[in-house]
Amino acid sequence: MKEKNVFKAEFPSRSANEGFARAAVGAFVSQLDPTMDELGDIKTAVSEAVTNCIVHAYPDTYGSIRLKVRLSDDGEVEITVKDRGVGIEDVEKAMTPMFTTGGDDRSGMGFTIIESFMDSLRVKSVPGRGTAVTMKRRIASRR
Amino acid sequence: MRIRASCAGRALRLYFDGELDHHAAKRAMGEIEGYIDSRLPRDCVIDLGGLTFMDSSGIAVILKAYRRMHDIGGRLGVERVTGQPRRVIDAAGIERLISIA
Ligand SMILES: Nc1ncnc2c1ncn2[C@@H]1O[C@H](COP(=O)(O)OP(=O)(O)O)[C@@H](O)[C@H]1O
Ligand SMILES: [Mg+2]
Repeated sequence: MKEKNVFKAEFPSRSANEGFARAAVGAFVSQLDPTMDELGDIKTAVSEAVTNCIVHAYPDTYGSIRLKVRLSDDGEVEITVKDRGVGIEDVEKAMTPMFTTGGDDRSGMGFTIIESFMDSLRVKSVPGRGTAVTMKRRIASRR
Repeated sequence: MRIRASCAGRALRLYFDGELDHHAAKRAMGEIEGYIDSRLPRDCVIDLGGLTFMDSSGIAVILKAYRRMHDIGGRLGVERVTGQPRRVIDAAGIERLISIA
């Protein structure tokens, strides 16, 4: 991946920042001239990953969320969302459709939606240390 | 995110406007339960025509409304589903449970 442009942000795990994060990423990715659907899919994936930090990684405190977006020469978007929260004991189980530790306020469909909207999803987590979610999506060239 | 309601007989229609994410979901759930519990409708329709964004937190809101309606012996439908919310609802596969139009 030859990097064309990069955007980094760090913000506290306040729910008001969910809308900020997806809007910021959407604005940055717009320079690749994505379709409405491509943009909507990427913003949804960001919303899911950031919400997971707010709800699950820092359940009783506010912690820091780090967001990084890389755009490559050939139209690939790579987004990383990192927290230093509680971590995930069993990542494979966490990624199962409808699995949630959040009770009936959550649907357990966050990872499933990211997987269906992005070309790839990688989740690295260490219990007690935190979680890093990396998602990629190629923007089809409109030229 | 804003919710408006209209009621005709035992039919309740809830209009969602704006963006439904986790930040908005908590209040939305409270408002929806308030409408259902006070009107006790037989049919409840969630109208997504004015919704510009929704993620899996919105799926949880819809599922909660579905269970509430089920508990009181009523039905829930979701209507005017287009654009980004349509893609999220399709990906979540809730059409097996809830009628989506
Ligand atoms: N950043 C994170 N930190 C800790 N746990 C997480 C994180 N992201 C996801 N999880 C775990 O994975 C589960 C599934 O996540 P997801 O598919 O987004 O569904 P939901 O958020 O509705 O629970 C969560 O319930 C939680 O247990
Ligand atoms: Mg989630």
